[in-house]
Amino acid sequence: MAFESFADFLAMGKHGFYVWSAYGISAFLVITSMVLALRGQGRVRQTLARQQRRAEVDK
Amino acid sequence: MVWQTIKRWYHMLGSPRYFHTFSSRVLPWLTPIALITLVTGLVWGLVFAPSDYQQGNSYRIIFIHVPASSGALMGYMALGVSGLVAVVWRMKMAEVMLKAIAPFGAALAAISLITGSLWGKPTWGTYWQWDARMTSMLILLFMYVGVIALQNVIREPRQAARAAGLLAIVGVINVVIVKYSVEWVQTLHQGSTLKLFGESTINPAMKYPLLISMLGMWLLYAVNVLVRARTEVEWRERRSKWVQTLIRKGDQ
Amino acid sequence: MNSVRKQRLILVLAVLVGLGIAVGLMFYALRQNINLFYTPQQVVAGEAPLGAQMRVGGLVVDGSVKRNEETLDVAFDITDGKGSFTVHYQGILPDLFREGQGIVANGTLISTSRFEAEEVLAKHDETYMPPEVQDALEKAGHPGAKKGGEYNE
Repeated sequence: MAFESFADFLAMGKHGFYVWSAYGISAFLVITSMVLALRGQGRVRQTLARQQRRAEVDK
Repeated sequence: MVWQTIKRWYHMLGSPRYFHTFSSRVLPWLTPIALITLVTGLVWGLVFAPSDYQQGNSYRIIFIHVPASSGALMGYMALGVSGLVAVVWRMKMAEVMLKAIAPFGAALAAISLITGSLWGKPTWGTYWQWDARMTSMLILLFMYVGVIALQNVIREPRQAARAAGLLAIVGVINVVIVKYSVEWVQTLHQGSTLKLFGESTINPAMKYPLLISMLGMWLLYAVNVLVRARTEVEWRERRSKWVQTLIRKGDQ
Repeated sequence: MNSVRKQRLILVLAVLVGLGIAVGLMFYALRQNINLFYTPQQVVAGEAPLGAQMRVGGLVVDGSVKRNEETLDVAFDITDGKGSFTVHYQGILPDLFREGQGIVANGTLISTSRFEAEEVLAKHDETYMPPEVQDALEKAGHPGAKKGGEYNE
């Protein structure tokens, strides 16, 4: 392990702000893109399921 | 022989239905592998890798900056190839890919710029300089945004794909500029650390976590593309029997 | 391949090649503006404009850094092996500033041997290693050990 303590790890020398904000923003963007992809899929399936139900009622 | 295999793949993956079945089989194991690889690389880099002799700990931003930048560049190359196939051969799956590849690539380009800037402040002494590397990377982000915007603005999906495809092809020139800007002109940004040919100028204790994070990021990009492409395929083929059956079964 | 596709392929490739050449020529023509900074060689040769706002870049010459203890004035020479001149600066230098290190300075060129900087940036190289490895290299007298920023050309 490259750090003596957890506080050391958070401090990252004196560059904690830069390192952690870089990782924080990256995590946010990656997770957002994954969530949007999955939500898009859910939405398409819901729409198609609704259309299908409507078509079956009309029959 | 090889040509025949490529041709068979082209035809199989060119079929939306085959792609859908194929990706259903790949995703369940690709997703955990991607996540485990990325997390392993990042934890190794953040916690276990030694600090740098000049930069101390701020260099740890490399473990997200380089994977994101390389992902954004490779993604754009894939976008360019999809664009070429979509424009010349009018292949449906290429149009789907054109739509699926862009969003995560744009996110990675943004990450590359933001992390680079946060790394630049403690090391160079500035968040931003209009040097060739940084400016061309910003243009790459705009290219991604342009491809996404064109697809949203043009309603007819096939026309949208042709317009976006052309922009994607043209943007490949910019990828070349991003890659070689640090060699051709004077920039604040240093040259590449990882070299395809020749020795990389990074200690192995730092290189392995970097390579693992890169692999993890690329795999996660692949997962993202597959999910988005499946969604697009389901929507485009919504009137086909197999999608109707899929929806009826409630197959998630 | 049928002829329509072939035509489209040729057209697309022609557009790409044409644009590529255009961008290449533009790059070549604007080369001096695209370069972020002038090298010491260019400055010494008089290629850099005097009195104008611009950037210069090079390696800090070993043993050339002179600090004024009372004020924050710093003077140091930068070189690229083909020329050198003195940079004067008033202010706090970046952490990575050290002798042998590459830097980029923003300011005005007073003469071909004197540059007055308003901002000094450290240009670090693409080498990463743990401090212990660096110590070992230095002890062994490895030529790469004390190398700062490396310069293209």
